[in-house]
Amino acid sequence: MSVLYIVLPLALVIAAVAVWAFVWSVKGGQFDDLDTPAMRMLHDDAEQRGRADPRP
Amino acid sequence: MQTAHQVVGDPECSHCSLPVPRSLVEEGAEHQFCCLGCKTVFGMIHAEGLGAYYDLRSEDDERAPAAVGSSSYQELDDPTFVTQHCQARPDGLMATELYLEGVHCSACLWLVEKSLERVDGVAEARLNFAQARLKVLWRPDQVPLSAIAGQLAKIGYPPHPARLGTRDVGKEEERRLLIRLGLAGAVSGNVMLMAFALYGGWVSGMAEEHWTLFRWGSLFASLPAVLYSGWPFYRSAYNGLRNRVLHMDLPISIGVLAGFFSGAYNTVVGKGEVYFDSVCALIFLLLVGRLLQLRQQRRASESSELLYALTPSTARRLGEDGEARRVPLQAIEVGDLIEVRAQETVATDGVVESGRSALDLSLLSGESMPVEVKKHDQVWGGTVNLQDTLVVRVSHAVRDSRVGRIADMVADASRNRAPVVQLADRVAGWFVAIVLLLAMVTFAAWSIIAPEHALDHSVALLIVSCPCALGLATPLAITAAIGKAARRGILARSGAALEALGRLKGGVLYFDKTGTLTHGRMEVVAFVGPEWVRPLVAAAEKGSNHPVGRALTQAFEDAAQPEASDLETVSGGGITATVGGRALIIGSPKFVRSRALLDSSFETHVQAWSQEALTPVWIAVDGRVVAAAGLADRLRSEAKASVDALGKQGFEVHILSGDHPSVVHSVGRALGIPAERCHGGQSPEDKLQRVQSAAADKDVVMVGDGVNDAAALAAATVGVAVHGGAETCFAAADVFLQRPGIGTLTALVQGARRTTRTIRNNIIFSLVYNTVGAGLAMTGVLNPLIAAVLMPISSLVVVTNSFRFHFPEASTESEEEAA
Repeated sequence: MSVLYIVLPLALVIAAVAVWAFVWSVKGGQFDDLDTPAMRMLHDDAEQRGRADPRP
Repeated sequence: MQTAHQVVGDPECSHCSLPVPRSLVEEGAEHQFCCLGCKTVFGMIHAEGLGAYYDLRSEDDERAPAAVGSSSYQELDDPTFVTQHCQARPDGLMATELYLEGVHCSACLWLVEKSLERVDGVAEARLNFAQARLKVLWRPDQVPLSAIAGQLAKIGYPPHPARLGTRDVGKEEERRLLIRLGLAGAVSGNVMLMAFALYGGWVSGMAEEHWTLFRWGSLFASLPAVLYSGWPFYRSAYNGLRNRVLHMDLPISIGVLAGFFSGAYNTVVGKGEVYFDSVCALIFLLLVGRLLQLRQQRRASESSELLYALTPSTARRLGEDGEARRVPLQAIEVGDLIEVRAQETVATDGVVESGRSALDLSLLSGESMPVEVKKHDQVWGGTVNLQDTLVVRVSHAVRDSRVGRIADMVADASRNRAPVVQLADRVAGWFVAIVLLLAMVTFAAWSIIAPEHALDHSVALLIVSCPCALGLATPLAITAAIGKAARRGILARSGAALEALGRLKGGVLYFDKTGTLTHGRMEVVAFVGPEWVRPLVAAAEKGSNHPVGRALTQAFEDAAQPEASDLETVSGGGITATVGGRALIIGSPKFVRSRALLDSSFETHVQAWSQEALTPVWIAVDGRVVAAAGLADRLRSEAKASVDALGKQGFEVHILSGDHPSVVHSVGRALGIPAERCHGGQSPEDKLQRVQSAAADKDVVMVGDGVNDAAALAAATVGVAVHGGAETCFAAADVFLQRPGIGTLTALVQGARRTTRTIRNNIIFSLVYNTVGAGLAMTGVLNPLIAAVLMPISSLVVVTNSFRFHFPEASTESEEEAA
């Protein structure tokens, strides 16, 4: 069972990475508005069929 | 839409004129469509034979600004506005936020963003759909903000400046809380995995080294959650202690910290129980409650923000060249000349320099009849100019005006009001005392029975008594209630106010009259005279801005109308006109009597009407008085039912109005309110005083719509602002009714009572749970596994109970005709 000594810290490292990613996305404002992006996504999609979207 | 013309090559949608995506272009077809929706609508319009709409519309576009945005938005380019609302960025771009009217579907979102992107100089336009808030980045050297605003108004979304900064504070707070929550979630998941291993080992045995590993592992893993995520609880518990209040967060902090430090101690010494999983789960669940509460509050405050934004914050200042320019209110100084056109709100106090008109004082003083003003008359900010353009010399800056002073009064009144102590916080004081006492008893008792278990058992007691459910009970119930109330058109700004309203078993309920119980506008309620007079009157009064004129037109408009000529308006009296070759005189009895022969029977009518507080209007044709109309500010159709229902709910209903006492009494009679509870002629100060003296020994609910009600609203236990009211009034109220009328008021009271009941049930349940848990801990039966099972179950019950309840429908349907 000595594998536990590797797996347990590894699990914590993965959790730490997940938390870091979450903090990054919150600070980037991804959770500020939860309604609009869902709608905007549909629009951009429809437009890309027509011509390339110049926006990043 | 005109933006489409700038795109070369793409065909335009036959319905909405936006460019059609290439993939949707049908070769050779006469009509092209940008989407299926447009195609369907186009088909429907043609099927109905209304195809001319498309021809008419292009004409409309030519004069587009007149339809929605008669304003040129000059004020947005004023330096005062720019420094207050816009932000210059280091890359030379300017940023600001605007509230848009009329955003209601995802096509609006698309239209707004796309049409702005095609304006040269606009770098970015992002619309937040839920808040109808648009963030724009633009190059000030290429395009002025007024042009961007004009474009928005042209496509049907009139913009209003949003106040910068107010929201950003809330946003930062919410982000931080979200990070705390995410961290606590990740930690409690991992710690729980290790705890499961420990539970397994507890049942079937495990190697000493693994047991040590998991205990140290969970100690380290829970460290960030306890230190960082739990911080808000410790802080508010500490603040509570400093102010000598036993806040809900105190027992929470004690439980969390006792659990963590005893676990850490037990880990270091290598014996005893650890409760890391329970501690982390506790923090996580409590933070969920906090976040929900914060989001609800923010949403409510944003809705009220939107209401502010919709009220004009500009005035037309006359420059030295005699030209009127729109400037922000803050830029107006004493001695400036401002122009107030018909239907505009007077910006601040001043003296009329030129022009004659009538002012609607109803929002400022509650008077239902307009007041005539002429040169050298004093006018007040917040009143509405009804007839002709006035030029006013400003005598007080906005801050020192009467409205400004009322705003100060509102601020004072709300500062001096005793804060609502929520039930959970009142329970918390007792709770923490009892838990600490029990912990000491447990420690003392076990010190005698088995000293090695004394510490473990008292810590177990502290953890299991940590009021997880108690801490969640109030925020969840209130969050659910506020959310459901919003769907019924009731916006509650604070949960505490909702809870306070629900706790009232009765008390005094003050209604404002004008605009709250009544429609706030004149209507014809009685008419004597021959039928053939009606079309003549309607023709003569057509296009009138005066409330009496509009009431007459509205009442008689269905009759076929001849054209009127020789129209002459006499300020303060009435009008004369020639309609179909007959000379008409319409106006007050005094005005008509001086110009026409009188039939004495009309005198008796006028006397009878004055008993009912009707305003008489006489109509003379060819020199003889032939008809009379009685006008009144009519009661809302649901007013009687609502007042009755509120009486049944235990309230003592009063009317508190700035209008003439005889009018107030007549309204009171119609609603079945005894005369001694109808208070007329009340100034804003009188209203405030009456509410404050009543609030000293009773609970007071105030319902109003005007500036004159604002201070009273702020001073009342619960202040309710009704639809269509004034800005200051919304700022002062705890609850707004978004639908016209007071029909939702009974639903609000019912809903608030249910909310309070839910909160009470939740609290009772968590107390029962805590008693059981404490009993188990004191007898030494409790171990980490049982604690870990009990904890989430109690929270689950509270959550289900909170979301189970329904906010009642409005008992009387609010009338549609008002819209």
